[in-house]
Amino acid sequence: MFQNIGEMVLLFWRTLKALPLLMRQRQKVFDQFFEIGNASLLMVCVLSFFIGGVLALQTGPVLVERGLASAVGGLVGISIAKELAPVMMSILIAGRIGSAMAAEIGSMQVYQEIDALRTMNISPVNYLVLPRIIAIAAALPMLVTFAILVGWLGGALVAFANDRIAISFSAFFMNLRDVVELNDVANGVFKAFCFALIIGVVSCHQGLVTIGGPRGIGRSVTKAVVNSIVLIVIFDYILTRLLLK
Amino acid sequence: MSAPQNNQHGVTVEVRGLHKSFGRQEVLKGIEFKVNAGEIFVIMGPSGSGKSVLLKHIIGLEPPDAGEILINGESIQSPEVMNKYRLAMVFQSGALLNSLTVGENVGLYLAEHRLKPPEEIARIVAEKLEVVGLKNTKDKMPNELSGGMKKRAAIARALVIEPQLILYDEPTSELDPLSAAVIGQEILNLKNRIHVTSLVVTHDRDLAFGVADRIAVIDQGRIIAIGTPDEVKRRPEPVIRRFLQADFKTNNRTTL
Repeated sequence: MFQNIGEMVLLFWRTLKALPLLMRQRQKVFDQFFEIGNASLLMVCVLSFFIGGVLALQTGPVLVERGLASAVGGLVGISIAKELAPVMMSILIAGRIGSAMAAEIGSMQVYQEIDALRTMNISPVNYLVLPRIIAIAAALPMLVTFAILVGWLGGALVAFANDRIAISFSAFFMNLRDVVELNDVANGVFKAFCFALIIGVVSCHQGLVTIGGPRGIGRSVTKAVVNSIVLIVIFDYILTRLLLK
Repeated sequence: MSAPQNNQHGVTVEVRGLHKSFGRQEVLKGIEFKVNAGEIFVIMGPSGSGKSVLLKHIIGLEPPDAGEILINGESIQSPEVMNKYRLAMVFQSGALLNSLTVGENVGLYLAEHRLKPPEEIARIVAEKLEVVGLKNTKDKMPNELSGGMKKRAAIARALVIEPQLILYDEPTSELDPLSAAVIGQEILNLKNRIHVTSLVVTHDRDLAFGVADRIAVIDQGRIIAIGTPDEVKRRPEPVIRRFLQADFKTNNRTTL
């Protein structure tokens, strides 16, 4: 485990050192960026819409019964912005994109394509890892911003349509505006950026250390997703603690 | 990453006391040999004798446990040496990048190191593909090529580097005899045309005796004989005799 952590820190450091070469790899960054966006946008919308809806459904009736109907918008808004959107979307992206990264790089490792790159003096970090990490670090915060807005919309719709809550759109969003500050949204987006780096580094590392054949690739994909999710949850606590006012 | 210097001739390769173990298994047990500049040096031996591992050490993909490898007298442990000389390897599977077209694969080295403008790269790619008999395949994906075509595309990719040393890992494995002969001829042509040093790892006896200037026989991680093809044929060691005389025999042969 400690060896893995050390290797991942080293890979991240090498990626940072390769940043000056980013312009050379811009086409690959754009390709990866659009792949991440295209593959995930619809899922992100569906997931965040229903998370917002469920949150309103779970909290709305309880708050309304206690005469706190005006707090529903704020509660849904801040929960989604600071916690649910960044964490849930990052877990989704770890499953959708992290697994694809680990599988692609793992298969290149198993079938000697990465060795071929090395023999041509082409660094796998510059050629494969850098574009993927930059693309996911740019795409995930954008997806999370989108998820926050769609999640709020889902919450407002359920709060309006459910008989036991029945709060108008304007009341929901007025309360949300009172409670949620721009800082809270920035907080969630910053978390998403950190989680994107975790997914990128963990998945690329697992791909690069793949050994064996198809079974090895499968093992790497599973490890990439599981390790990413575990680290996302651990870092969520650390970041929440650090960002607490 | 610095661009390699413009050295024109083949290089010498010297392997001294090379040892390598994976876990408890010792794969290379003190390998020693020297390859002269511009020579075709074949390392021949049965499967599992350590040939491919040895090749990976020479190109710098594996670090040795002990011993050293010198290119033109300079140790490859030093990173500048790998940048100074142009080395290329043709992998057993071809190892073309499956996400790129054949043309992009062949031009990858020049494009990534920005050594030529795109039009010049396109011209060089077309030229190298023609050299290996793969004209009109530049827009194909690697999975559309046969095994032999993949290997020839891998040779074209190596040629683009204008290498001073080419390492071939089992270049004729999985190929039909005609394709194997084409690859063998290509190895000879390259030596005559660009005076490249070639190091071929194979268990294909026809290829070894057909192209080699000198042959080293490796068995269980040790070099047991080195010499010209004729000298190796006359060696008395039982391992070499068995390897050279192994044949498929049956008592029920049908006479045609």
